[in-house]
Amino acid sequence: MRSPRPTVVWLLFTLAACAWLGWSLARPRAAVFLPGPSSDGHHQIEAACDLCHTPFRGVAQEACLDCHAEELERARDSHAAAVFSDPRNAADLAKLDVRLCVTCHTEHQPEITAAMGVTLQRDFCVHCHADIGDERPTHVDFAPATCASGGCHNFHDNRNLHQDFLARHGAGGVATFEGSLPTREAWIAVDLGDRAPVSAVDADSPGNAAPELAEAWASSAHAASGVACSDCHGGGADWIDRPRPDVCASCHGAESTGFLAGRHGMRLAANLEPMSPADARLPMRPEAASRTLDCGACHDPHDVDVRVAAVDACLGCHADDHSTAYAESPHAGAWRAELSGETAPGSGASCASCHLPRTEARLGGAPRIVVQHNQNDNLRPNEKMLRDVCMNCHSLAFSLDALADRELIRRNFRGLPARHVESVDMVPSPADAP
Amino acid sequence: MRLRTPRPPWTSRGAVAALTLAAVAILAGAVTACGGSTQGTRSPGIPPEAMADAIHHVLESDRTVYARHVVNRLQDEEGVIAASEQWEDDRTLPLPAQMFRMSAQLTAEKTDRVSYALLSPWPINSRNAPRTEAEEAGLESVAADPSKPFYGTESLGDTEYFTAVYADIAVSPACVTCHNAHADSPRNDFELGDTMGGVVVRIALD
Repeated sequence: MRSPRPTVVWLLFTLAACAWLGWSLARPRAAVFLPGPSSDGHHQIEAACDLCHTPFRGVAQEACLDCHAEELERARDSHAAAVFSDPRNAADLAKLDVRLCVTCHTEHQPEITAAMGVTLQRDFCVHCHADIGDERPTHVDFAPATCASGGCHNFHDNRNLHQDFLARHGAGGVATFEGSLPTREAWIAVDLGDRAPVSAVDADSPGNAAPELAEAWASSAHAASGVACSDCHGGGADWIDRPRPDVCASCHGAESTGFLAGRHGMRLAANLEPMSPADARLPMRPEAASRTLDCGACHDPHDVDVRVAAVDACLGCHADDHSTAYAESPHAGAWRAELSGETAPGSGASCASCHLPRTEARLGGAPRIVVQHNQNDNLRPNEKMLRDVCMNCHSLAFSLDALADRELIRRNFRGLPARHVESVDMVPSPADAP
Repeated sequence: MRLRTPRPPWTSRGAVAALTLAAVAILAGAVTACGGSTQGTRSPGIPPEAMADAIHHVLESDRTVYARHVVNRLQDEEGVIAASEQWEDDRTLPLPAQMFRMSAQLTAEKTDRVSYALLSPWPINSRNAPRTEAEEAGLESVAADPSKPFYGTESLGDTEYFTAVYADIAVSPACVTCHNAHADSPRNDFELGDTMGGVVVRIALD
């Protein structure tokens, strides 16, 4: 019997390979095309290649800005591309073109990827700031690799680290442990008119809803606002058991926008399957592996007790050292004291107090204190949480030291900082100004 | 036998073709020059000096209006709201120089053909010190004679620029007070009317 000709074998193999690659490309997770693991910030959306890659153009700058432009704008980006577009910076750009995100953040290269997805050497500041010692004698002996790693400077967001801010808030550096969070404002994006509160007897579900759900709903803020079952689930033939997140967003738009921008919701924003603890890189509880993340994962829509979402919902999934140490932390003690009524509202510190901070946003034409639902918004780098979180209760100097102490963070701030950030000491206080 | 009369060299086929092409080129040039507009007028273009002067007039006027009718009026005359460097934290007005820099940044987001900057030999932020030879020469020139702009060309990156520098005079007490009091200011003896630096306007030439 004659063996098949090599050409035929090659042709069949090629056809099979093409078919397999084509089939892989069409699948929701085109992992076969990944050149390497994605960074922590992007691994959840790595299946959607076209979010970042433009055919025949590689990674276009616009693709980065589609997700990050608003954040950079809010950060008053210290190295904004527009600043460096001035031709007088041409010599600096020849060394490091900081106008392009990919100059510093290259994807799929885990072996060279550091915190914040930076893929340059840690001393990259020296390219343009090598002579900083001439301008600031206090900096002469500092190693270039410590500019952004010592709690002193960030490349993009220095709102809480610039000289004036340190001068205003850093004097003395006394550790304080008292204070409270600003009060949240209940505000929704739609006008419900003068709806009267509704009760359990007003429930307009098809009739097969569990009695405990209707009961929980009847005592919720939804019922108190006159929001009936059909407002979220749809009425009659349009009834759906589990409303999509965009139903929540129709009233809670600001919260939804934050959620979709963070790691909890970024898959939904990219029209992918919702994030699941099973896909997380952080340690998660095994029993939470099958859960999926949408608004209802943290907020029971029938019993909208936000205290559940502030701690219990987080610890139901997260099992890293920082999370598991929370229960024994001073922050948790303060939270329990607040819940028991021993201390004033806002004086405790839940998971949400730090990671879903109460921030000022302009909504409906007025400044309001709302909860930022992007839990990564103030986390990378963590000095972002100084102003809106830590300094509600602690001094700037103490907070800087605490945020720079990784071991203290791992213990969920049980103890005192073992590190000291010197920047506060270098800045003259306003009283010393000429 | 008839002798063939030698043909002049310009009657050969190649020469005829070359002459034809030259004629077409000359005609096309003439049409372009004369027919560029329906009125038959020729666009003269704007000399870069005039263009830079015009841009500077706009910049200077806008900043003067902001300083006089917004900052000075609301802060000094009516006491409604102050202007300060940390205007977002303080919920105050941006300083006129900050307004100017924000405007320059916004322009940079829209075009790379024109740029402008506020520079000084005594900058509060060292990034605003002169960095190119033209900037050095321009700031020296306007410091010596504030009434006379400096004009030059320079090559930055792979682009040729026309660079103009105009004197930045301390016309408002706020400018002098802020610079003299600022911890990072290398000079603390400014007086009203002093040349504090210069406005640099760049126009890409190619």
